[in-house]
Amino acid sequence: MFRRIINWKSFWLLLAIFIVLLILPPIIPRFYVYIIALMFVTGLLAMSLNMVVGHGGMFQFHHAAFYGVSAYTLALILTKTSLPMWVGFAAGPLMAALVGLLIGLFCVRLTRLYFGMLQISLGSLIWAIIFRWYSFTGGDDGIHGIAMPSILSSLNSSYYFILIILVMCLIAMYLIFRSPFGTTLQAIRDNPQRCEAVGIHVRRHQLSAIVIATFFAGIAGVLFVVLERSVFPDLLFWVLSLEIFIMCLLGGWFTFLGPMLGAAITVALRTFAGIYTEYWTLILGIILILLIFFLPEGVMGYFLEKFGHHPAQVGERSSK
Amino acid sequence: MLRIEDIDKSFDEFMAVDGAGLTVGKGELVAVIGPNGAGKTTLFNLITGQLKPDNGKVVFMEEDITHLPPYQICKKGIARSFQIANIFPRLTVFGNVQVAVLSQQRRSNRLFRPAKNTAVEETNSILESLGLLDKARNIAGSLSHGDQRILEIAIALGNDPVLLILDEPTAGMSPEETSATMDLIKRLADMHGLTILFCEHDMDVVFGIAQSIMVMHQGRTLIQGSPEQVRENEEVVNAYLGGE
Repeated sequence: MFRRIINWKSFWLLLAIFIVLLILPPIIPRFYVYIIALMFVTGLLAMSLNMVVGHGGMFQFHHAAFYGVSAYTLALILTKTSLPMWVGFAAGPLMAALVGLLIGLFCVRLTRLYFGMLQISLGSLIWAIIFRWYSFTGGDDGIHGIAMPSILSSLNSSYYFILIILVMCLIAMYLIFRSPFGTTLQAIRDNPQRCEAVGIHVRRHQLSAIVIATFFAGIAGVLFVVLERSVFPDLLFWVLSLEIFIMCLLGGWFTFLGPMLGAAITVALRTFAGIYTEYWTLILGIILILLIFFLPEGVMGYFLEKFGHHPAQVGERSSK
Repeated sequence: MLRIEDIDKSFDEFMAVDGAGLTVGKGELVAVIGPNGAGKTTLFNLITGQLKPDNGKVVFMEEDITHLPPYQICKKGIARSFQIANIFPRLTVFGNVQVAVLSQQRRSNRLFRPAKNTAVEETNSILESLGLLDKARNIAGSLSHGDQRILEIAIALGNDPVLLILDEPTAGMSPEETSATMDLIKRLADMHGLTILFCEHDMDVVFGIAQSIMVMHQGRTLIQGSPEQVRENEEVVNAYLGGE
């Protein structure tokens, strides 16, 4: 089955990247290990957003809400209850998917911009609750010093844990992207009216996609807690939702791995430009303007085009 | 097989369809003709559920389908094409038809099986019968206008319909393309025993192949009958043929 759905050239490239990422931690400074792990977490979040935005064509404007819900669920279970650790790890993504289902139920009834506006409102509502409820969530202080199992005690072991979960998620997402479900989702993005006319229950399909995507956002939320050991309301602030939206745009909407690249660029920029100026978002803004003019398909889209794969052909690319 | 009874649809004050009626028998090739703005497209949208009628009934195989949503009407066996090329521009030609086949086979929700191994034979056979197989890997948005129109029909066939509704299948085509497309429609009807309902504003195209013709004028049905009956009808000659 795998033999027929992967392109060997990209497979070897990805394998090489994976091996490099495996051997890096012992030989580079701790700070860089942390930054790369942060890229993984943010990248997974952006990838999950792109599932609904790039492949599903829905205006998922407040995706960070689900990321934060999952991170808080894990943090609260670990600090306020004596339940086993794994319950928290499972409950985070499940809670994110449940909230995704509830918000999605309302949102899929609306189209395009109205979908986005409603989602920002409902997502901000969750943010406001967490921000204000001092006695339960710690309010704007957040929750810090969350104890992790001993197996994840060092930064390097957290790094490997995050990397492995990330790779598993990416494989699952790729299979979904190329499955009948994914193909149908992309058809809905292109032309919902026509999809209805060929017998597809568009709203139900969109809702399923939202639930799956918010589940993956939830996994990213759990990984964030593993890395940072703390949670704070900024995790579900709309600014973060905007940032990951930009990452998808930067990397390339219509490609599979684009958002991962977009996240890596954004995190790197924030870290290294942030050393010199607190106005690093200004640089991001300029890059974004240039991008819209010169690389409308995103960075990944540009490379795929340059090396023989037109981005629009990504859906069928590996069959060549 | 399909019966439309006294159906109305107004947009604001304008009566787009005003008491139109139509019957389609099994295996028939039925044409709806009428000048631009006669309400042909609106009538089709009422049948397939894109629009809801104000009054009247749509009965398909003795079942009232008037208030069903489009995706359920499609599951009953009615597939359609659209007047403006209504395809999935970012998918491949193959993907366009496959989406319909997957939906027909109720496999749209499969998550972990590669789509390229699913419903391949069915999809390819449709593409082959319409002469699109050599363009299967092309991106649909990059096809020529004529090919997009054919793809439009291919998508509709992906649903393996009992009744195929084609909304001006030859719109924007050259005379040669038009006659090739009409031959194709006729062949489809003969080969698969499909019942086909289509509309057209060019009367010459229609009289050659349709077994039954319904004439629409200002949202109303003037007459439905055989080509001879329609040709001899005085009202039609006055209203539509302009007394040539």
